Amino acid sequence: MDILALLADGMLLALQPLNLTMIVIGVSVGLLIGAMPGLGSVNGVAILLPVTFLVPPNSAIIFLAAIYYGAMYGGAISSVTLGIPGASTAVATTFDGRPLARQGRASLALVTAALASFVGGTIANMLFTLFAPALASVALSFGPPEVFALMLLAFATFVGLGGDDIPKTIFSICFGLVLGAVGFDQISGAPRLVLFEMNGFLQGIGFLVLAIGVYGIGEMLWTIEQSRGEVSKTTPKMTVKGMAADAKEATKRGWKGTFVGSFLGFFVGVLPAAGATPGSLMSYGVAKMISRKPETFGQGNPDGVAAPEAANNSASTGSMLPMLTLGIPGSPTTAILLGGMVIWGLVPGPRLFVDETEFVWGLIGSFYVSNAAAVLINLAFIPLFIWMLRMPFTVLAPMIFVLSIVGGYAATRDMFDIWLMVIFGIGAFFLRKFDYPLAPAVLAIVLGPIAEPTLRQSLLLSSGDPSIFFTRPIAGPITVIALILIFLPAFKLLRRRRTADQV
Amino acid sequence: MRVTKRHLLGGLAAGLLVTAPGFAFADGWQPRKPIDFTIMAGPGGGADQIARFIQSVAEKKDLTNRPLVPNNKGGGSGAEALIHVSGTNDPDHTILVTLNSFFTTPLRQANLGIDIQTFTPIAMMGVDPFVLWVHKDSGITTFEEYVEEVKSMNGEFVMGGTGAGQEDSIVIAYMSDAFDLDIKYIPYDGGGAVAKDLAGKQIMATVNNPAEAKGFYEAGDFVPLLAFSDERMPAYPDVPTIKEKGHDFSYYNQRAVVGAPGMSEDAAAYYRDVFTQIFESEEWQGYLESESLSPLWMNAAEQQDYWGLQVENHKKLLAALGE
Repeated sequence: MDILALLADGMLLALQPLNLTMIVIGVSVGLLIGAMPGLGSVNGVAILLPVTFLVPPNSAIIFLAAIYYGAMYGGAISSVTLGIPGASTAVATTFDGRPLARQGRASLALVTAALASFVGGTIANMLFTLFAPALASVALSFGPPEVFALMLLAFATFVGLGGDDIPKTIFSICFGLVLGAVGFDQISGAPRLVLFEMNGFLQGIGFLVLAIGVYGIGEMLWTIEQSRGEVSKTTPKMTVKGMAADAKEATKRGWKGTFVGSFLGFFVGVLPAAGATPGSLMSYGVAKMISRKPETFGQGNPDGVAAPEAANNSASTGSMLPMLTLGIPGSPTTAILLGGMVIWGLVPGPRLFVDETEFVWGLIGSFYVSNAAAVLINLAFIPLFIWMLRMPFTVLAPMIFVLSIVGGYAATRDMFDIWLMVIFGIGAFFLRKFDYPLAPAVLAIVLGPIAEPTLRQSLLLSSGDPSIFFTRPIAGPITVIALILIFLPAFKLLRRRRTADQV
Repeated sequence: MRVTKRHLLGGLAAGLLVTAPGFAFADGWQPRKPIDFTIMAGPGGGADQIARFIQSVAEKKDLTNRPLVPNNKGGGSGAEALIHVSGTNDPDHTILVTLNSFFTTPLRQANLGIDIQTFTPIAMMGVDPFVLWVHKDSGITTFEEYVEEVKSMNGEFVMGGTGAGQEDSIVIAYMSDAFDLDIKYIPYDGGGAVAKDLAGKQIMATVNNPAEAKGFYEAGDFVPLLAFSDERMPAYPDVPTIKEKGHDFSYYNQRAVVGAPGMSEDAAAYYRDVFTQIFESEEWQGYLESESLSPLWMNAAEQQDYWGLQVENHKKLLAALGE
């Protein structure tokens, strides 16, 4: 009962006029920043950090949390309407959001994204409220072998992600892993894979550079080629009644993905190594895996929109947990929030929940209120975004191109990345012509740089003995499940071949 | 429809309003665009915490008319950051928060072609000591017990720290050599991850900076055993120094701000003024005290001499490491 009383106090604090205003402004600004390709919650929080010195610390962190939430909702918008991931956390949303939009069902995709985000955020808030200290110890029990096992599991769920062509999927994963290894080796500090001795490669290949190249530029080229210059345009209509129908359909066809994303996203978010981007990609993989019709993923399945969107919201709440309880940021955005808290004189860490009860519960209360405000504001904006889609493709295509370039530049402010992005876009177009799935490459460039150092740290711990992944109580079961999942398609393939031989 | 448009405009207006830069009244050179505030480490570790703190003070006191934009480039023990800053085409708007990899990385990777003496000295904000920590559940309470424990484990005692050839590995290598210890060393990408894995008992000991370990120390999880500072630290009066244990050694991480090579004198003067104000601020002085850093103020010429001295020291330390 104690917790409920504290939470009620916290919500009352969040509903005070000043704080509520901060929430509404924060969510709106976050929504717009999240919708801009390339800019995500990290940029939003970093840009607006100074503003928070104008208000008391409580209101300040509430404001930043509201931006964080808003940006998570906003990321889906350009993913769906333009096919350019609005933020790294929304890349998985393009997989099914974009096909839906091309079928003229953009409003269904956007409504699904909004509702899934809301449910994901709410479930995560409840988990946070009830189990914060207990979950902090779960985060601590994840050492390098556990994190590596989890990454292995993520890859395993993705083997089934690119159609049913396993060899092409594996090629795509390997391609992403190689790209992810470019730059400096984290363990020895030595440079590697610096292609053509170009200094630009020393910084590594950014995930957004690949994602915007593949999904922004590659998708645009694909659409141009498919329509052969014919101005095909879908005319999505938007009415209140239509939205209500969409909401109903979203609930019916997206609940499974929402459910998976909410829990998995939160859990991955809690682990300090990961964050919302791996969380949303993994949730997409799992939702596809457990679906009865996995072949509809990538063709416009609402579950494929719901899973990553529920996951990125719930992971953002999850990644607050290690920051507040351990003082270790679970994502780049929380790293900036951490900086803000230090200047306000708060010491994040094991003592925060005891020493600063009012602050902590005010913040948790604001999560609930921000989430509710975000879903309402987002739903109100949807007609505007749909209206944008009415523009003919001849207008949209150059717009997508410009936004991709701007988004790619905004992330790193380096022209090198723009050229790389264009090359990836063209490469993606040809790979797509040959039916190579690209999502696994995008996943690999995110997870590779987490998996590789943890693999090597684990093997250092065990003096080179790989049994470390099987003998530890948490890592063991995860590794076994991952291996079964990886070899399952191979077994199926073998069996299919055998039956084919008999015929 | 009208309502949503108004919302949109309202949001934009709020966005513009809040990002509008403050007005500065100083004469002379002024930044004309946001300042690239590159950090030589990943998010969450000691260097990052300090950079964020400095940025916050600058914002709070409205010391710069354009914002400092933190830019984490921790790859390759800071090599990524050094290349980024030395290769910038806008040296007047590019500054770097450094740690000791400013000295060690160019030494270890001569092929990068980085000469740190070409960087522009701006401000030495303080030096950060190192402390040996163990988890309270280990039962170890003194440095002597620690040495005994490490020896009894025959090379299976696991310590974590930052990447190979970086600060933590130098401190641990010196200590292992001095006390004849056989330690298994696991490199991490930042001090934050190291502290977290000690808290989770994935590793057995660390040499985190006090700032990184403080939260866990105050919660009673971490036990400090030995300080690598010249004298005992006021915040940890009962912790002996390595000098008291008979070895003339101390090691600090520099927390300095430097400008890109080729920065104009006017711009350098502007940043020196800004960082002097930050150094003298109540906030920074309070931070130095609460996080156990020592102030070590130097002018530009002294900073360059200090760099030369540190390069020589690190050459010897790395040679001893076999690097």
